[in-house]
Amino acid sequence: MTTDGTGSDFIGYPHRHLLGIEGLTASEIRYLLDLSESYVDLNSRSDGRDGDPRCRLLAGRTLVNLFFENSTRTLTSFELAGKLLGAEVINMAVATSSVKKGETLIDTAMTLNAMHPDLLVVRHDQSGAAKLLSEKVNCAVINAGDGSHEHPTQALLDALTVRQVKGRLEGLIVAICGDIMHSRVARSNIHLLGTMGAQVRVIGPPTLMPPKIERLGVASFIDMRAGLKDADIVMMLRLQVERMQGAYVPSIREYFRFFGLDYDKLGEAKDDAIIMHPGPMNRGVEIDSEVADDYGRSLIRQQVEMGVTVRMAVLDALTRQIRVERKDED
Amino acid sequence: MAIAHGPPTAYVNARLLDPASGLDTKGALLVVEGQIADLGPHLFVQGVPSDTAVVDCGGHCLAPGLIDLRVSLREPGEEHKETIKTASIAAAAGGVTTMVALPNSEPAVDDVAGLEFVARRARDVKLVKIYSYGTVTRGYEGRELTEFGLLGDYGAVGFTDGTKAVADPQVMRRALSYSRAFDQVILQVPQDPSLAGGVMNSGEISTRLGLAGISPLAEIIMLERDLRLAEMTGGRYHAALLSTAESVAVMRRAKARGLKVTCDTAPHYFTLNEFAVGDYRTFAKVMPPLRSEEDRQAIVAGLTDGTIDAVVSDHSPHDQDSKRLPFGQAAFGIVGLESLLPLSLAPVHKGEVSLLAMLAKLTSAPAAVLSLPGGRLQMGAPADLILFDLNRPWQIDPDSFLSKSKNSPFDDHLVQGKVLWTMVDGRALFELG
Repeated sequence: MTTDGTGSDFIGYPHRHLLGIEGLTASEIRYLLDLSESYVDLNSRSDGRDGDPRCRLLAGRTLVNLFFENSTRTLTSFELAGKLLGAEVINMAVATSSVKKGETLIDTAMTLNAMHPDLLVVRHDQSGAAKLLSEKVNCAVINAGDGSHEHPTQALLDALTVRQVKGRLEGLIVAICGDIMHSRVARSNIHLLGTMGAQVRVIGPPTLMPPKIERLGVASFIDMRAGLKDADIVMMLRLQVERMQGAYVPSIREYFRFFGLDYDKLGEAKDDAIIMHPGPMNRGVEIDSEVADDYGRSLIRQQVEMGVTVRMAVLDALTRQIRVERKDED
Repeated sequence: MAIAHGPPTAYVNARLLDPASGLDTKGALLVVEGQIADLGPHLFVQGVPSDTAVVDCGGHCLAPGLIDLRVSLREPGEEHKETIKTASIAAAAGGVTTMVALPNSEPAVDDVAGLEFVARRARDVKLVKIYSYGTVTRGYEGRELTEFGLLGDYGAVGFTDGTKAVADPQVMRRALSYSRAFDQVILQVPQDPSLAGGVMNSGEISTRLGLAGISPLAEIIMLERDLRLAEMTGGRYHAALLSTAESVAVMRRAKARGLKVTCDTAPHYFTLNEFAVGDYRTFAKVMPPLRSEEDRQAIVAGLTDGTIDAVVSDHSPHDQDSKRLPFGQAAFGIVGLESLLPLSLAPVHKGEVSLLAMLAKLTSAPAAVLSLPGGRLQMGAPADLILFDLNRPWQIDPDSFLSKSKNSPFDDHLVQGKVLWTMVDGRALFELG
């Protein structure tokens, strides 16, 4: 494998797009995580980046962030990752009227396509939107969250964070807690962690548990204490209030009492269990403030840092593929 | 107005199929002035009179034209998706000689003017026969009953809110009760709207795709409710588009108890299952949703044992803009007129349903549900006929459909059985090129 991304026959990530984790093999995931690892220093270094040849890796290439949903963290993270690698980054926040949203998606895709971007990062509130877009454009598409379906870079950054702390993914007991039904983060993490050999549990009230979730290879729990028993990793999900179609849970205080993470419930997990959250947190809804700010156990800040790292690696991996294709066309 | 007819025509060397009488024989059929004048195995064995034209059927199947109880014409209101003319052309190509139009147009067919509009357009187009349902409630809003008596006098052949179910049990109770005054049938796709808020069958696949699921219970609960109301009121009830195994079981029990209720399904429910949604294929988005493989098999079993009376196309045309959307935002529906017969013949070729039994579900049985003329080969009946090659293999290609819309999940689907020609009242409307 060469590091300049050209001239190599080896393809670590053989797909054109990154639309989801489901369907990726363990070696493809491992490749992306290893590549991410190699970017940690580039991201954390505060001086002397200019000398690094990777800062010009995407020079002359265009990255478009197409966000149909509000996002601060993910959008900023992709923007920074693109800029650190030397790409031209354009952010398009598309104001969406609920009626015309779908038309806007295809219309915008066609317009964007005419501008010949190399990479398109898309977030949309509809499951399958990234896949649909990928069928209409000629560039690499990265799914930055589609409805309740997948959010692959979040799962990658979570896995990278876990791997750095625990040294492995295989054999770990990971408990994912909260609104499993509407969570794309949960689905991507279930696929990734399961593929990498972790034992995945999901915990939540039955109204927020999607049907047949066990078929995805997880054990599901209603009782949070039972689900947290001996867990190595506790991943809390945001209670996505804006997604609720109806009253899935009667009140915040009841939710917090039975499904919010506090030190008492956390006592069921292993002594060295770590706490994660994809953000933004609802303090006092799904997670107690004290727990969230426990720097000994909470990896929430580290997750954000790994976000940029993972996204650089993904941009690198996908542009390698583009180069191989363009070379074939010549 | 005098209708010009061609000379008497003899259709010889045919396999005559009349599901209503159980006739399945080699023979000939004579059409005079748009009606079946004679038929049988011995007709014309001594030769055909010189004043009679002769058409050799090549040993293929001569059967009554199909009667489709469930077609969305899209006219008036959505002529960019389909018109009465294009739907009629598609129907003729599919061997459908009678269509019954759902009333969910814009405006809805909930008054006499709406009925007359469709009837007038059908007369102008003058291709296949078109009947209309009236809505059960004004504007199919589920609240106030329409004028069943007046609408019936002006040609409404039954009442349904079409793509919507009557949710309020009291309204449904009154509809079933009041319809008895005019011996009208109430048709309904039983889907409880508050339980049917999703976009595909609920289960492992909806969970994987992150799509909101529709439980089979949305159908079963409303079907059981409707059957109770039909029993209580004595009204005639027809359940449309059964999609779940339990619905078939519920109907089977209701019929065993002697209730005068009927039901239908569409080819996609016995041909496909939820896997057809695959990677967000919006052409497989339909209401009720494609269900599990167990459900699909139970629908076939319901066809086999006769629990399911009729098969309908549920022809629901949509333009590209309505389907080229994220799955959750795409329109529900499949075009079906041109694939109705070949898809319905698949269970016949697999030995699951006999040829005559399946043809009955496409001809005489739907005619009986609405007391329509036609649907049989008998002397004096209108010459609404199709000739089809039972065994010819072909691949469905929605792009070649004559319907204005091509939203079919059956692209490249392999089928056996092809319509060779279609006639209505003795007039040839379609001939395979």
